[in-house]
Amino acid sequence: MATKPDLMMNDSQKGMTLIVKTVVRFAIGIIFMFGWYIIVYGHLTPGGGFAGGTILACGYVILTLAFGKDLALRKMSDMAASIIDNSCALLFVLIPIVGFAFGSFFLNFPPHGKPFNLVSAGLIPLYNIIIGLKVTSSLFAIFVALSIFGRFVSKLVEEAEEEE
Amino acid sequence: MIDTFLFVLLIFMIVGSAIAIETKNMLSSVISCGIVGAAVSVAFLMLGAPDIAITQVVVEVLILVILIRATITIDNTAIEVHWDTFAVVSSLIFFGLFLVFAFLAVQDLPRFGHPIMKVSQQYLETALQKTGAANVVSSVVLDFRGFDTLGEASVLFVSILGAFVILRRHGRKRRSEEDTEKVGILSEEEIREDYEEFRE
Repeated sequence: MATKPDLMMNDSQKGMTLIVKTVVRFAIGIIFMFGWYIIVYGHLTPGGGFAGGTILACGYVILTLAFGKDLALRKMSDMAASIIDNSCALLFVLIPIVGFAFGSFFLNFPPHGKPFNLVSAGLIPLYNIIIGLKVTSSLFAIFVALSIFGRFVSKLVEEAEEEE
Repeated sequence: MIDTFLFVLLIFMIVGSAIAIETKNMLSSVISCGIVGAAVSVAFLMLGAPDIAITQVVVEVLILVILIRATITIDNTAIEVHWDTFAVVSSLIFFGLFLVFAFLAVQDLPRFGHPIMKVSQQYLETALQKTGAANVVSSVVLDFRGFDTLGEASVLFVSILGAFVILRRHGRKRRSEEDTEKVGILSEEEIREDYEEFRE
């Protein structure tokens, strides 16, 4: 959390109440840490890129709901989300293609290392991290596109109907 | 023991879906939909699949939040129900046919917990020494069946792309130098300008 606390707390117009903001400030670090744990330990414990990425996306969604869209879009803008999404999709195709140099498509070519170590299983942790980043950015982009954009337009429609 | 628990969960899911269909309020309908996801997650946990259970419960939470946030502002008027005799009778007939054929088909399925395919046993025995990953699910998803995961990732990518195309700012093609304008979320003033243009 690189943002200064006054940016998060003093803007009382945006987002939810002070209670929610305080709880989210304490919980958000733990949520992100748990998400990264699920991703990075995906080849050792239950979990993996998809589950951990969804947890990270939930963290960004909580930020959006509690502090308003400005802070969340400053953390990860919609442009950054789509760039991360696209580059991770590209990487997930390119890294298996590298396997052609060693034999076949999707070949797990690096040395596998000792089992039950954090750095083991060749390319599997790398794939987990790529999928995690991709899922995080794409789900958050969907949330932003669906909720913020649609919500504001419908609010405008309501205002216009009230005027009439 | 697990069988009876699964039956209880199934009845719970069916009741939740029925409530979700029948209730008039949009918010309670969306929340009732969440019952299905939560029960499926508990069922996966009972069957010894923690990977899928974690994914299911987390996705369910996120979907619930997105649905509430996206649908709660949409004006939904309750659709009036007309009793159409032909529709009711034909759907009852087709449902009966479905039950008969489903009963016949289920007779031929392998028993619960006794799969026919022997390749899964092979995976369980050789996954650790072949891939070095302690989590067998991870080794199957990302090594043995990596190509399936590639397809899954591309499905996700294409669906996100489609959502962004649908929700973008302008539906028609621009021919001026403003064509380089980025696609994405606008500031409130820009949306307000667009909306004023649209109303005129």
